[in-house]
Formats: sequence, structure tokens, C-alpha cells
Amino acid sequence: MTPRPPRTTGWLFATPFLVFFGLFLVVPLGIGLWMSFTDASLTGAGGSTFVGLDNFTEALGDGQVWQTLGNTVWFTVLSTVPLVALALVMALLVYTGMPGQWLWRLSFFASHLLPVAVVYQIWNMLYQPDRGMLNGLLDLVGIDGIGWLTDEKYAMWSLALVTLWWTVGFNFLLYLAALQAIPDHLYEAAALDGAGAWRRLWSVTLPQLRRTTGLITVLQVMASLKVFDQIYLLTRGGPDGTTRPILEYIYDTGFTNYRLGYASAISYVFFGVIIILSLAQLKIFSRRED
Amino acid sequence: MAPETLPPRTQDKPRSTMPREVARRRRHGGGRAWHPTLGAGLLPRVLTLLALALMAVAWLVPFGWGVDTSFKSEVDASASGVDWLPDAGFTLEAYRTIFGQGNLPVWAVNSVVIAVCVTALTVAVSAMAAYAFSRTLFRGRRVLFAVIVASIMVPPQILIVPLFRQMLAMNLVDTYAAVILPQVVAPAMVFILKKFFDGIPRELEEAARIDGAGSFRVFWNVVLPLSRPILAAVAIFVFINTWNNFLWPFISTSDPQLMTLPVGLSTVKDSTGLRNAQESAASVLGSLPLLIVFMLFQRRIVKSVATTGLGGQ
Repeated sequence: MTPRPPRTTGWLFATPFLVFFGLFLVVPLGIGLWMSFTDASLTGAGGSTFVGLDNFTEALGDGQVWQTLGNTVWFTVLSTVPLVALALVMALLVYTGMPGQWLWRLSFFASHLLPVAVVYQIWNMLYQPDRGMLNGLLDLVGIDGIGWLTDEKYAMWSLALVTLWWTVGFNFLLYLAALQAIPDHLYEAAALDGAGAWRRLWSVTLPQLRRTTGLITVLQVMASLKVFDQIYLLTRGGPDGTTRPILEYIYDTGFTNYRLGYASAISYVFFGVIIILSLAQLKIFSRRED
Repeated sequence: MAPETLPPRTQDKPRSTMPREVARRRRHGGGRAWHPTLGAGLLPRVLTLLALALMAVAWLVPFGWGVDTSFKSEVDASASGVDWLPDAGFTLEAYRTIFGQGNLPVWAVNSVVIAVCVTALTVAVSAMAAYAFSRTLFRGRRVLFAVIVASIMVPPQILIVPLFRQMLAMNLVDTYAAVILPQVVAPAMVFILKKFFDGIPRELEEAARIDGAGSFRVFWNVVLPLSRPILAAVAIFVFINTWNNFLWPFISTSDPQLMTLPVGLSTVKDSTGLRNAQESAASVLGSLPLLIVFMLFQRRIVKSVATTGLGGQ
């Protein structure tokens, strides 16, 4: 028998993490839950009183909660579809082994490394109505410029486009890794059966990527639902609140209007939505794998 | 061949041999005359190359425009929509101005300090916890691990309101600690590391134990050296995320002397676009460090994203 470590060792190793975990995840989760039942305020004036379910009933009747939640879901749809589809196309193209691998990976992934303030600076210039490059290009082909970020019709699409440019490289790398892990013998067997390149793509590659696609989609939906940074900087939720995501409403409620209790309640409503959506997605994708 | 008849790849081949396989295929230039998904002949190659080039240009143009603008005079930078060559010629004026007055160097130092601290702390505490869950027995271990895995679902963004309240109570607002400490909690990294540790053969550890090594020696001298690739992957992943994190540093700091690059750069924005050249120059400088690191260690970073990106699935 080899000597086994004593039982206290496990605790010793786990404790540093558990301290952080407790202090900065469990405790705030608890404080948030408690605050959502009070009228806690950032000014701290008068302390906080227990108000029962008032915050939650207010949230359910608050048009802003529903509108910002709707905006968030709309953004998630607009961004997730191209973020998964284009990432797959990019990965399939790079996987062909064309010369310049280093350059392709750099081009598609580098924007993911930019801080959001830089993304804002670049795209705010490109989107400027009078002097921006995009309207300049439209002008060259004889189309009138549009209000990329100022027109309700286009603002959310423009934000989805920025997000696509900024973050598609991450999904691209995940797909590329999955492609490289598909074993050769599957392709060889298919080739022996007489399958051409196109046929191998449809019958070997894409089915083998099904699990990866499920995972990437789930992660992307979760990431898109939590959108805040780029929208806050580019439009502040405008025009007329049509792009304001729910996280911005939480931020405004808590830090601009000082209503921490109500902001916590909305956070928990949002958390509930996220949990329901992720369980639903897990169900869909695990069923599809059978 | 119907897709359903294909065996799932994990059944007939252990996952760990995959990278070696790929490496061998690369070294020997494929080993077969054809490519899995690319047809024979010239046309498919030309079309693929064309599509790649088009997309690369589309992705690089916004970058290029930012860099281009940073070398223009302010007048040219705010005038032209599609002119890459400014009327007044290129100038370093914008860079000179921001070096003369800005807080940029301070923010860069803050970003480095904060990202390094968060990364070091996260890797250290996550690896220790992962070792505890992978290799030691203690009461409540299973329940605790289940709670940690479940907590991966909690979006950090919904914690900002109570966390800020907590920081006020702890008197930490506008300190490095307030920015750093909450970012150290990374349950997904514990999960990834534990999965990796589970795959390390126990014989190695037991040999060390027979030689009289204690748990900490085993962890430090046996487990960690064997885990270098996954530790690097986790570290790179955490570093990039911390470097670019916006919401929490934005909320927990209001003192410009404590801001990180993403927060600092966004507070000096001027939406009228009258200082496009200066702000582009600041953006170029602000993104340069990570881009240089990426160019130097591309292979490593690509691998890191691939192994940690799906949460170790």
C-alpha cells in the first residue's frame, strides 16, 4: 500500500480558492438576493427596509424591463447566427491548408484581442454619418448614406456587425481545432467509398462538427445575452432606447438612479431568464446528439 | 455513406493521441495526395484563396483605417471618409500630443499590474483547488465540486451591483484590490484543470510518495511540471480576458490614476470626432502590447483558446 495523504490536505489545497469563491461569488449572490427584497439605495440614506416582493412585482410591470430584455434577445439572435456560421466558413477555408496560415489566423483572430475602447474608436469613425468610411463607400456606388448608429432601423444591425468583427475569431479558432481533430481514417474510408471532396465535407466533416457547433452556439448565446460594453460605448442604448440591453438598464438603475435594491431584483430576473434559456438549449442539443 | 454510420471519434481513438497525429500529418506534408475537404485541380484552390483574401481584407481594413488615421493631422483625420492618403501628408503629431499630456502610460502600467496579478492568483488558487478535487479525499468534496461547476452558470455581470455594495462596505472602492480580487474567481478554470489532473497517471505520484515526498512536494515537483501546457493555456486565457475586461474595472474605479487601458481610453472619448487622430493613436498604442504578444506566441495562444474555450469539453 502506498501512503495516502491525510484528509486535512484536501482542505488545505482547496481553501484559498474557496475563500475567493465564498467572498466574491457566494456572498455577493446572497447580498444581491437580500437587496432585491429591500429598497437599498447607493446613497445609503435611511438604510434599507424590507419591502417583500415589491421590487419583483415592479419589475414585471416595468415596460423598460421588457423592452431591454427584448432588445437583448434581438441582439442575441442577430449576432449569434453570423458569429457561428461565419466562424465555420472561416475555419473550413483556413483548414484547406492554403499558404499564409499565419496571416489568416492573425486577420481573423487579432480583433478579438482589442480592448472595447479601441473597437469603439475604430467603428465610431467608420460609422460617422457625414465623414465615415462606410457612408463614403456607399456614396461611391451612388447610394445615399444611412445613419448606422442613429437610425432605429439600422442601429441594432450595426452593433451586431461590430460584434461579429470583434469576436468571430474566437469561434473560428474553436472550429479550427475541432476540424484538426477529425481523424484521417474517416476521410480515407469515405474516399475509398468514392466520395469526392464536396461529398466528404457534407458526410464526414459537418456531421463530425455537430457537437462542436452545439457547444459554440450555447456559449455564443450566453455571451451575446450579456452584451453591454460595445453598445454602451457606441450608442448608450439609443436611438430612443432601441438598442439598450438589460445589463445597461441594470447599470442605470443601480449606478445612475442609485436604486440598488431594484437593480438587484432585475439582475435576478435576468439570471432566471439565462438559466431557463441555457437549460432549454442543453435539452435541445443533447437530444440532437442521440 | 450516411453520416449516422460514422463512428464518433472518441470511441476508437483516445483523445490524447490527437495532437501527435496532427503534428505528424503536418511534418510529412499530409501523407496522402488529396485534402479531406478540398477538391483536386486548380479551380477549388483559386476560389478558396480568393475567399480567404477577401475576408482577410474585410477584417483588416478597420484596423488599417485606425492606424492610418493615427498618422494624420487632426484636420485630415476629421475630414475624409475614404481617403487613405491625407492632403497634408502623414505626421507623428497625434502621438506626440498624447505622450505629452495623456494618462496612457499610467493606464498601461495599471493594465499590466492588474492582468499579471489576476492571472497569477487565478492560476495558483485554481490549480491548488483542482488538485484537491482530483487527488485528495475530504468530507464534502463531491458536493463542493458540484457547487463550483454549477456556479459556472452565474454570469459575473449580475453580481456587479452587490459586489460594488460589498466593496463600499469593505472600503475598497478605488483600489487595486477592488479591481483584482473579484476577477480571481474562475470556477471554469478549476473544472478544466481538474479534468487534466485526472488524466495524470497516479503511479508517478505514488513513486514520489514512497520516496517520502509530502502532498505539497508531489503537487509542486510532479503534478505541476507535467501540467505545463494546460497551465499555460489557462494563464493565457485568463490574461487576455482580464486585459480586456471592461465592466467591472469601469465600475470599481473612478480615479484616473487607477484605471486600466480599456476604461481609461473610453473615458476620454470625444464623440464629435474632432480628435480622431489622437484617439486613434491612443487606440493603436493601447492595443499594441497584446497584438505583439499574439504575433510572437501565435501557436501557443491558438492552442490555449482551443483547449480552454469550450470549458474543457
